[in-house]
Amino acid sequence: MKIKSKKMIGILGLIIGILWLFPFYMIVANSFKTPKGIFASVLALPAPATGENYANSFKALNFIGSLTNSLIITICSVLLIILCSSMAAYALQRNKSKLSSGLLLLFISAMLIPFQSVMIPMTANFGSAHMLNMYGLMFMYLGFNCSLSIFLYQGTLSSIPIAMDEAAEMEGASRWQIYYKIILPMLSPMTVTVAILNIIAIWNDYLLPSLVLPQIQYTIPLQMFNFFGEYTKQWHLALAGITLSIIPVIIFYLFAQKWIIKGVTDGAVK
Amino acid sequence: MKNRSLSFWLFLTPTLIALALVVFIPMLEGLFYSFTDWDGLSFTKVVGFQNYATLLQDKAFVNAFWFTVAFVIVTVIMLNVIGLGLALLVTQKFKGSNFLRTVFFMPNMIGGLILGFIWQFIFTQGFSALGTTLHLGWLNNWLTNEVTGFWGLVIVTVWQMSGYIMIIYIAYLQNIPNEVIEAAKIDGASAWQRFTKITFPMIAPAFTVCMFLTLSNGFKIYDQNLSLTNGGPYNSTQMLAMDIVNTAYNSSNFSLAEAKAIIFFIIVAAISLLQVFYNRKREVDL
Repeated sequence: MKIKSKKMIGILGLIIGILWLFPFYMIVANSFKTPKGIFASVLALPAPATGENYANSFKALNFIGSLTNSLIITICSVLLIILCSSMAAYALQRNKSKLSSGLLLLFISAMLIPFQSVMIPMTANFGSAHMLNMYGLMFMYLGFNCSLSIFLYQGTLSSIPIAMDEAAEMEGASRWQIYYKIILPMLSPMTVTVAILNIIAIWNDYLLPSLVLPQIQYTIPLQMFNFFGEYTKQWHLALAGITLSIIPVIIFYLFAQKWIIKGVTDGAVK
Repeated sequence: MKNRSLSFWLFLTPTLIALALVVFIPMLEGLFYSFTDWDGLSFTKVVGFQNYATLLQDKAFVNAFWFTVAFVIVTVIMLNVIGLGLALLVTQKFKGSNFLRTVFFMPNMIGGLILGFIWQFIFTQGFSALGTTLHLGWLNNWLTNEVTGFWGLVIVTVWQMSGYIMIIYIAYLQNIPNEVIEAAKIDGASAWQRFTKITFPMIAPAFTVCMFLTLSNGFKIYDQNLSLTNGGPYNSTQMLAMDIVNTAYNSSNFSLAEAKAIIFFIIVAAISLLQVFYNRKREVDL
């Protein structure tokens, strides 16, 4: 009875798993077909398979260019967020005053404001300051994403004893040295979480960069949107483009899975 | 660190400036513009509540509001049922359960824009192929009307977010001490009794977390909406976030868009505040 029910659960899992992966199969299998092949049968394996769609969509997507833009924007923004948020959280946590709890509340209350409620005046302001480009975008990501990061860092900081700071201070270390040499390294488990959450959000973001970036700085999602508009109903090219654009994400996921699961859990539960 | 010390302020400056320029100042400006005839660059006069009155008469907004509410209700229920179901499934120790966890969470790594494109192909090409093969008429012509557009959006969201919700439920499920379950087994409790009497009460906090998460995420959805249906046909599947974007950037009606954005803020903020209130209350009860 016991073994039988285990087996049943295994089979149920297998069925749901296949169902879950089916969309990926559809995309990848059809991306290797000719338009005729897709028309003949969407569900079948590609026969004969062609790599031509990939060569064409690789060019049309300007894949190397948009991948580079995505990487630059994501990496720089995340580093900026990690540095500035941990500094702010450190200052707020080590200062026990009404002002500092008021400031923390201010940061947290910013999380209540949805992006669509501020985007129009915000882009208008940055436009008149000629900052609608990737540097402006990095700064915007700092503003939108620092609240959650400060909140997460702040929680971890309370478990780092203040005696650590005091000992270093006796040795003559400056505030910056204490933060940089002692506190920041001790925060690294939380830094992984902050990095993961922000990488996923920024890499996949569409609406904000679509309002900010000039075409030359387009990231993968923006390029995909344009590409899709140009090749509507040319599914063979569109599907190859989709597959190309999700490959970096899947590679990242398979390598960093352990940290991703931990990061996502921390971000939601804390 | 002292309040008045230079380092206190230096450490806070970058984030405070970013937050002010990106969130708080635009929010206040937007609030003000919603009472004017702002055209995106300048305004000529203050019009009072006129934009808000227009908004109540605005068919697109009212339709988007009810569409979004229906979408949120359906997805909150489905995501929590399916997310919990998947969590219960993969926490049973069987061969391949860890691999399944990886599979279920995978869609969550991909952005909503690309997910929408993926499913556009499946709904329009895959579904109709299946419908023809199996002679099931309802699988044809997906995304060409409001009903299939609605369920299309629901399916994409469920596929994307179930794995996320699953991860949260797993975290709470793993906190249930094994001895409690074992003790109940020895006392002769059935699997169903163990679930309703032990597991479910012990993961109740997870339920609150997931419910509010799915609730506020549901209201803010934009990317999937854009790439799957683009609001069509005839704006019938347009959600609140998209209506705001389109009112501003397609119809260039900036002051009306701002009024909509303020209403949107009130809805989303109210949900989040309710969550904070609810969590506080629960902590007091414990």
